Amino acid sequence: MKNAVISVHDLVKKFGSFVANDHLSFEVYEGEIFGFLGANGAGKTTALRILSGLSAPTSGKVLVAGFDAARDPEKIKKNIGYMCQKFSLYNDLTVRENIMLYGGIYGMRKALIRERCEELLERLRFMEYGNRLISDLPLGLRQKLAFSVAVLHEPRIVFLDEPTGGVDPITRRQFWEMIYETAARGITIFVTTHYMDEAEYCDRISIMNEGRIVALDTPDGLKNKYRVDSVEEVFVKIVRSGKISV
Amino acid sequence: MRTILYLIRKEFLQIFRDKFIGKAIFAVPVVQMLILVPAVTFEIRRVNLGIVNQDMSAESRTLVSQLEGSAFFKIRNTSFQEAEGRDWLHRGDCDLVVHIPADFGRELGKGNPVKIMVAANAINAVNAQLSWAYLNGVIRDYNLDILAQNPGKSSYLPMATQPGSVLKSEIVTPIAIGAKSDIPDLKSEIQNPTSDIPQIQVTNRYWYNESLNYKYYMLPGILGILVLAIGFVLAGLNLVKEKESGTIEQINVTPVKKYHFILAKMFPFVVIGMIDIAIGLVIGKLVFGLPFAGNLGLLFLGSFIFMVAVLGLALFISTFSDTQQQFMFTAFFFMIIFILMSGIFTPIDSMPVWAQKLDMINPAVYVMRINRMVLLKGSTFNDISGDLLMLSVIAVAFTGLAVNRYRKTA
Amino acid sequence: MKRFMGFVNKEFLHIFRDFRTLIILFGIPAVQILLFGFVVSTDLKNAQIAVLDLSHDEVTRKLSGKIISSGFFDKAENLLNYDDVDRVLKSKKTKAVVIFEEDFGKRLIHNGKASVSIVSDGSEPNMATMTTNYLTAIISDFNRELSAGSAGSALLVQPEVRMFYNPSLKGQYMFVPGVITLIMILICALMTSITITREKEFGTMEVLLVSPLRPLQIILGKVIPYFILSFVDVILILLLSWLVFGLPVKGSILLLLVESMLYIFMSLSLGVLISTVAKNMQQAIFISLVGMMLPTILLSGFIFPIENMPDIYQWVSAIFPPRYFIVVIKNIMVKGTGFLFVWKETLILLLFTLAFIGFSIRNFKVRLQ
Repeated sequence: MKNAVISVHDLVKKFGSFVANDHLSFEVYEGEIFGFLGANGAGKTTALRILSGLSAPTSGKVLVAGFDAARDPEKIKKNIGYMCQKFSLYNDLTVRENIMLYGGIYGMRKALIRERCEELLERLRFMEYGNRLISDLPLGLRQKLAFSVAVLHEPRIVFLDEPTGGVDPITRRQFWEMIYETAARGITIFVTTHYMDEAEYCDRISIMNEGRIVALDTPDGLKNKYRVDSVEEVFVKIVRSGKISV
Repeated sequence: MRTILYLIRKEFLQIFRDKFIGKAIFAVPVVQMLILVPAVTFEIRRVNLGIVNQDMSAESRTLVSQLEGSAFFKIRNTSFQEAEGRDWLHRGDCDLVVHIPADFGRELGKGNPVKIMVAANAINAVNAQLSWAYLNGVIRDYNLDILAQNPGKSSYLPMATQPGSVLKSEIVTPIAIGAKSDIPDLKSEIQNPTSDIPQIQVTNRYWYNESLNYKYYMLPGILGILVLAIGFVLAGLNLVKEKESGTIEQINVTPVKKYHFILAKMFPFVVIGMIDIAIGLVIGKLVFGLPFAGNLGLLFLGSFIFMVAVLGLALFISTFSDTQQQFMFTAFFFMIIFILMSGIFTPIDSMPVWAQKLDMINPAVYVMRINRMVLLKGSTFNDISGDLLMLSVIAVAFTGLAVNRYRKTA
Repeated sequence: MKRFMGFVNKEFLHIFRDFRTLIILFGIPAVQILLFGFVVSTDLKNAQIAVLDLSHDEVTRKLSGKIISSGFFDKAENLLNYDDVDRVLKSKKTKAVVIFEEDFGKRLIHNGKASVSIVSDGSEPNMATMTTNYLTAIISDFNRELSAGSAGSALLVQPEVRMFYNPSLKGQYMFVPGVITLIMILICALMTSITITREKEFGTMEVLLVSPLRPLQIILGKVIPYFILSFVDVILILLLSWLVFGLPVKGSILLLLVESMLYIFMSLSLGVLISTVAKNMQQAIFISLVGMMLPTILLSGFIFPIENMPDIYQWVSAIFPPRYFIVVIKNIMVKGTGFLFVWKETLILLLFTLAFIGFSIRNFKVRLQ
């Protein structure tokens, strides 16, 4: 059996009377690319924030990298990387300065940060941008950089919240190549998206609707089950039936 | 531990990346000190005086010329008409109007007492009382001169030479702050040898600042306020800006310790504050001749704790604020209160007791006192240990609140 | 026009949606007026003094009793020798020490002369002069009482004073107009400069600029809501100062309100000007708060009378608009004078407003190019 790095059991998150996450249970295995699908407001981001220790669960058991999200969020944070839709590297720092900062925060040695930094710049063909301010970079480059910074310290899991929002298809393509490379290194990827084509790239996907997980399987498994040709059609079918049942 | 160094480096980079702010944090204190320190004083220079003289006798002219000769008065207007005097006061041309009645010279010649009316603009009560005290001094001298010239009327002498006779009025409406040489010629009057009644000679000295140089008093205070304002505003905004732009999220998801993050936000401004104070002291020494009576190390120690207290509060407030705007107004509120209640503009002892109690958590109060005591009085660690202790308590409390209130996990 | 009103409406909504900003907008001026009306005072009360009595006789006891019972002073302690003088002045809150020479009473009776010295802490010049003056006056008064009966007559020239406008010599007459002036300019300049630079910083200004609204309309749309809110603030403050401090508006209320509108408008245009210079909110706040607060407090005549400043500084202070509004507000509120007495200040405030607007337009145009 595969080794679960994230295991969620009966997770509930309420904001007042609004239930954002309604009894979620699932597991994510080491090294896989796990996609979280859903329309806006389906509760994806809420769940992801709980898993990454930014938000406390109302009830339920959440284990990430072996630590309890309710009790030890800080220990979880040592083992994960995070990148969110609201772009969040420091605009008024240069590329190198941002890399130095986050490397330092995760306790990496200076020499190692330097080495990884140059390696990263080279890989992204970023050399000429090294001393530019983030605010001067085009959005696509920033996204790629943010991802690279999120995995700079080789975390066990990296959480990506709508990482490709607003970028052009070519950059999205390149971005997913980076995700694959990272997964190949053994880092687990947990990604939320509302682009259905991106879901096809995932090892397994879970579809959320109104705070609940309504389907969880490999993309092919889902397509077979619902007898359609794409994840998009799966999604439309599920959500429509969900609406009717409500 | 190394993490905090990376965070501190980041804060420094960000502060100085903004070219305007990077320069302004040093330029603003220098410019404001140079301009403001010599400008402000409670010392009255010249009171704008108006004279309504309805008596054109030699006696009244002598009185007017004595007033004119006094360093405290500047005669702005003269007239024969009473109504005009009222007008000057109304328009603000004069703050004091002396009205000499028509029979002044005649009655005085007969040896009868004469009343002259004085109208004072009392909106600034302190200035009004002080000007009134000065005027009394000149008129007393005038009285003495008359008596000296007319020994025959010596029956008036005892009263006139008697100390306190004129001062009576000051007891009723007490003179207040500011007069350097208080009531003019008080000493010569008291030492008048002609009297055989008991006399108490009053001598006075101002220690630590013999010449009562206001600049020595103002400079440390203004310096303290400037570093307060700079640190308070910039440190607080820094944190709120991270919230607004979302970068704080990225920090929150890392294993950074809460107190590391808060301390890293404080550190650069503590350093900047210290540099500003050092620059300020050098300017004080070179430009204004500020004495360094005590140990400057103590002064920096006090300023250090002060900065921590101020920054702790600023960051505490910023944990409550969602936008820079909100932080700004809250900061504005506290800063104005801290400054106006710091004791450099108005004495703390004059405040109502409840306000003095409230003022115990005002870090500005302590640093103003410490700066003054160390610079001017040469006070030692023991002398200021109480203030240092209170300041430390405030610093620890505010910083603790800020760390506690800053939540990495919502 | 309809489009413009819609825009103003949107700005209003922005302000009112943020409940905290609203509290701040009205709460802060109110609390500050109340606080400072009660707290800021320059009267001497309960100043701590120490006594070094080297004589310990009936006269010195009586005299020190008189000093303490005056209400201006609290006796901190009785000192034993000269070394203590430095100690208490240095370490404690003692403002002055009264020193009676040895055999004070005996000398006074036998030689007709005795001396007392007052040593005060010159590191606080105002306190030092105040305590010295009061102590001297009390001692002289005591002296007069001692010799009462031995002589007595009136002075030749007796001045009599009438304290105009503020017969009870209340500090509030001085501070309330000052606080209004200070708070209004800082709040107005802060609010407008922040709200405009905010749009710049978040890039929403560009969106507005490509909309069919003209730049002037955009700026006016931002300023009008704050103009109205600040005006409400002024009314609130005037009501408070009347109800709480018994400071009624002696002159024309209408005139005062019109002048306040001018002052608010001027402060808002200053805010606009700052926003055309500042690149981001942090800079705007730095300029309007750190840059302006101290000069406004110190050079406007709020606490330190302008007449007392050295001549050059009277000129320096001439470029600080609050100085003129303080004159206007004191004239109308406290003296009860009419427009004829404040037209000069009004004109200057108007010129400042026009200058601020002119510079803003110029900077704005340069930026758009």
